[in-house]
Amino acid sequence: MTNIQQKEIPVSDEITSPETQQNRAIPNGEAAAAFLAAGVGCLTMGLLTVVETPFGSLHTLLQFYPPSGSITGISTVMVIAWLASWFVLYRFWKNKQVNLIKVFALTLAFILLGVVGIFPPFVHLFA
Amino acid sequence: MLFSSGSLLADIHGLVFGAIFLLAYSGGMVGLLDLHSSWETRKGQRALTKQLAIGTWAMAIVAWLTVITGTYLIYPLYRTEYRAVLSSTFWNTFGMVLKTHIGWFAPILATTVAVVIWRYKTQLIEEKRIRYALEVLFSLAFLTAGIAGLLGALTTKALPVY
Repeated sequence: MTNIQQKEIPVSDEITSPETQQNRAIPNGEAAAAFLAAGVGCLTMGLLTVVETPFGSLHTLLQFYPPSGSITGISTVMVIAWLASWFVLYRFWKNKQVNLIKVFALTLAFILLGVVGIFPPFVHLFA
Repeated sequence: MLFSSGSLLADIHGLVFGAIFLLAYSGGMVGLLDLHSSWETRKGQRALTKQLAIGTWAMAIVAWLTVITGTYLIYPLYRTEYRAVLSSTFWNTFGMVLKTHIGWFAPILATTVAVVIWRYKTQLIEEKRIRYALEVLFSLAFLTAGIAGLLGALTTKALPVY
């Protein structure tokens, strides 16, 4: 009698699981919304830092916690702007494929403008 | 007394929270760069993205703790002790002003990276552009935190908090 040797075929973990096959790919709109919102937050800080410098009343208004000065108000508004823009952009882009290169370029531009806006020699031009 | 309360807070802010964030960057960056479909099995990819998600979330939380302790606990002490020279010394007019502002970029950028990694998981392996964008943002988070940390360390040397 021939001894048929059953060769064990290893199950490759290269094969995608049923759950993965069922999950649809997430469009890049969600990522784009997150990126651009971060840019908006950074830009907000730059803009506020420049604008509050010549206006003493705004500078005082932004002192949400006076021992720390206006940075508390600027950072709070920055976080609000970041989260609010994220919420809005997510609602618009969550099921869409967007031009990620353009969105990310805009994000980087916003971050750069934000950095310029907080750079003290630039800010002092408006003092 | 070995530490005053102010210097202890400053140490926790900079040497603990700040250092953890900066050091964890290298691990996170290696994880992001390793997300290549040809380098890992499916099982390995799932494990790697899970590790990345945990690591980047931990970094984001530490970044928030760093800026909040710095802005609301240490900065008031600094402003009180050096009130007389706040508008005149370079360390304040440039160093501390830039530090307190640029530091806030880091947690926002780090949180963005953590959320996108957590949301996309293994899909990131196929999404080259999203991955490259994450690498850039992650590096910017590191750079802004590094600038804030350097300025903080130098300013503390010149104008220490007690």
